[in-house]
Amino acid sequence: MPQHTFIVNGKQVTVDIEDDVRLLWVLRDVLGINGPKYGCGINVCKACTCHINGKAFNPCSVRVGDVEPTDEITTIEGLPGTVDADLHPMQEAWLERDVAQCGYCQPGQIMAAVAKVRQARAAGHEVGDADIDEIRNICRCGTYARIREAIKSGAQRM
Amino acid sequence: MEQRRSPRSGLSRPGNSHRPDMGRRRFLGYLVAAPTLAAAAQLGQSLTSPREAGAAIPSPPEPSEVYDLNDLLTLAATPTSNLIAVVLNKDGTASFDMPRAESGQGITTMAAMLIAEELELPLDKIDVTLADARPELVFNQFTAGSNTTISMYNPIRVAAAIARQQLLRAAAIQLDETVTRLTPHLGFIEAPGGRKLSYGDLAELAASQETKEVETELKPRSQFKIIGTPRNRIDALDAVTGRKKFAMDLDVPDALPTMICRPPTIKGTVGSVANVDAVREMPGVTDVATIATGVAVRAKTFGQCIDAANALEVSWNPGTVDGESDETVLDRIKKAEIPLAVPKLGPLTGVVEGEFTFHFRNNAALEPNTAVADVRPDSAEIWAPLQSPILCQQQVAEQLGLPVSAVTVHVEQAGGAFGRRMFNDVVLEATEASRKMGKPVKLMWHRTDECRQGRMHPMCTSRIRASYAGGNVLTFEQRHTSVATDYTQGFGEIITALAGKVPPLGQGNELGFSVPVFELTVNVPYNFGVVTQLLNETYTYDTFPTSSVRNLVNPDVRTAQELIVDQLAAKMGKDPYEFRRAFVDDERVRAVLDKAAEVGEWGRAMEPNTAQAITVHKEYKGATATLVEIDCRPETVNRKIRNAVTGPRVTRVVMAVDTGLPINPRGLEAQMQGGIMDGIAQTLTSSLHLKDGTLLEGSWDDYFYTRHWNAPFETKVVVMPPTTGEPGGAGEFGVPSSMAAVACAYARATGTVPTSFPINHATLSFTPKPTVPPLPPSPTNGLKFAY
Ligand code: FES
Ligand code: FES
Repeated sequence: MPQHTFIVNGKQVTVDIEDDVRLLWVLRDVLGINGPKYGCGINVCKACTCHINGKAFNPCSVRVGDVEPTDEITTIEGLPGTVDADLHPMQEAWLERDVAQCGYCQPGQIMAAVAKVRQARAAGHEVGDADIDEIRNICRCGTYARIREAIKSGAQRM
Repeated sequence: MEQRRSPRSGLSRPGNSHRPDMGRRRFLGYLVAAPTLAAAAQLGQSLTSPREAGAAIPSPPEPSEVYDLNDLLTLAATPTSNLIAVVLNKDGTASFDMPRAESGQGITTMAAMLIAEELELPLDKIDVTLADARPELVFNQFTAGSNTTISMYNPIRVAAAIARQQLLRAAAIQLDETVTRLTPHLGFIEAPGGRKLSYGDLAELAASQETKEVETELKPRSQFKIIGTPRNRIDALDAVTGRKKFAMDLDVPDALPTMICRPPTIKGTVGSVANVDAVREMPGVTDVATIATGVAVRAKTFGQCIDAANALEVSWNPGTVDGESDETVLDRIKKAEIPLAVPKLGPLTGVVEGEFTFHFRNNAALEPNTAVADVRPDSAEIWAPLQSPILCQQQVAEQLGLPVSAVTVHVEQAGGAFGRRMFNDVVLEATEASRKMGKPVKLMWHRTDECRQGRMHPMCTSRIRASYAGGNVLTFEQRHTSVATDYTQGFGEIITALAGKVPPLGQGNELGFSVPVFELTVNVPYNFGVVTQLLNETYTYDTFPTSSVRNLVNPDVRTAQELIVDQLAAKMGKDPYEFRRAFVDDERVRAVLDKAAEVGEWGRAMEPNTAQAITVHKEYKGATATLVEIDCRPETVNRKIRNAVTGPRVTRVVMAVDTGLPINPRGLEAQMQGGIMDGIAQTLTSSLHLKDGTLLEGSWDDYFYTRHWNAPFETKVVVMPPTTGEPGGAGEFGVPSSMAAVACAYARATGTVPTSFPINHATLSFTPKPTVPPLPPSPTNGLKFAY
């Protein structure tokens, strides 16, 4: 069976699994990293959103064979580690606004929000309503109002 | 459980002396024999107060006003003599095992707040878990109808109050003090002179040797420090760190991922499978077994289950509705409609009429159906998010031919529920798969299964005819006709047990369970003279897989009504807000209406093709009013977003809500915000299309629930101060007035009254995914979209 090596949340991992298994299942079913959630498997719900080398992506739609040994995958579990703190400022903003309801979509929402703020900055502006409208993460509990507030306040601390 | 002492019985405690003429209500609970302090109370206590009639031409009380669904659910709870207990631990924390399902609505936080209030213990020292199925609770472990807070409010407080009383007694002995000189404060019993004992120190000393009945008093509302104050969820940290565990995150030994290859049409069945052996040889696959609903595959990862399910060559038998499509169903509903029959009208009487269609809607939460099952020859263990765990336990026992006591059912936190998890479909599948494979399974539905074989809100029509003359509305008739709703799980038992007690039953039991529920939940919250509302159903309850979707009838029933109310106002030359204000039949409704109008700046100037609307709703012992602003300008409606529907945008929502006594205003606000998003979805975008027995939607890219780009820029919820002093429901409460307000705003912005919901249903704005193979393969180009 092929072996795959890459970095997850700062640690190198190696897994034995077929090339075409999508990374989401390698994270969840093989490595037991459960923060990224399954909601569709076809890159539309975004519940599985993680970062690859600092950019948001959806591991349900990436073959493990396409992940390079040097690729750094960050899941919600590893997000605080990227800022050397117990919590990332975006997570703090989430707590402050008490955003989560069932919580199922929230790891993905937070990972998307962090990437969106960075993307807006790279484009030379602060995150605003138009950027938030581009976020595709679904929340079936309907927490959009608080997410909108939390992203703006989280951005200020990032 | 409750006793009332005569006012001057001399038993009032010092803290009550400011109200010498009012006897404090005393409640009965229990001390339970246990190693540490355990105090308990019976479930099944609720207080109701009669509602006031309004002005104009008073309408006689409708069933829902005399006796609403929550009274029924609460009454169902009464016959049981079983207890819920607050347990004090040696580390100074308190534990409460809650016989209800937490699915995001915040009831564990609510329970912790009630305990913190009476026990004088900080919130973070209270651990609320979800109880396993407890069959002895009979009707009392059923989460539905936004009833949890209403039915648990007193029992939880009584148990906590007894615990506090017992701690005080134990401390008095230890400190050689009288109880009246002691004060419970943040987990300590404090005595004069700075002496104190922690609850942890007292946990064993305060334990009871025997189980016995005791009396207690509850804190008066004037002394509340926690109830009524905004609090964050107790599980918030777990949620934002990814530590919150759902059923699919459980690590049950050897419970490998399992999925099902499902039929192309609703409720189709397996004929034969051509390549079981070949599929069993696929990478990662361990087992393949045919079960009642399809062919189950078990593998090392869910990804390999998807591939295996798609590789199966199955010949399928037809399902229950292979010949049916949207048009045939609607046709049959129309044939079943009960005619409107208005009394003779005078020459000066005007009439407003409308007929509205509400299409099928999916009720899936974001966490798909998941259950872990470990079936052994003489026992079974289940882990799943469940709204009716007792029924689940009974069904699993029946399926396996085991006694109920051999089946253990663990209730897990749900990633949303909305009515879906009243039905134990996924548990029965997991049980069957585990039994046939002889191994534990972690069975999960694919999103596409959820859309195509999941449960849906029944398609329905609502017809209304109203007549008016001389500034009054004389009659208001509503005829609601629906595809039959499945009540066989959860609700079924309660309703059958109590249907005979519900006045007035109207058409009796011949229409099954739906009519009682309809009668108990619907009303017209206006003084509109002679009001009649009737429900009729077509098809049998099991033709379509149906259920509620964050409420059953009221979002549709009220939307139809409010659209007619706006037309009545226009015909009678009145402003929509002023008209409602004049006709609402309840002061609390009027108060929320005024608040929403004030905060929402009713009547402010709006651009062409944009508009405001305002509506009300009363249910769950509370009242809401919602003001919506919508943008229907072409540049907004036609904006383009990849794989999405855009259309009209609700730009601003202001809702005022009165639940009698908001326990956690922040949690209540969250529930209302969620309800608003459902209201937007149901009016504008969210529906299922049925074609030849297949639902065309297959994921979130074609089932259009509200997304960030559909969400309002501003959502404001005003929580009214306590009115009745008794808590009402919240989970489903935000939907009806929001859905109605969006519909009314759309009508006012476009000049066209919508008659079919959601308004985009007529246009199929996507290419349906294939049905064979059943699951869309996962893409491989995910990195292309990284940002
Ligand atoms: S599960 Fe990955 S986007 Fe939905
Ligand atoms: S919080 Fe439940 S899906 Fe978003």
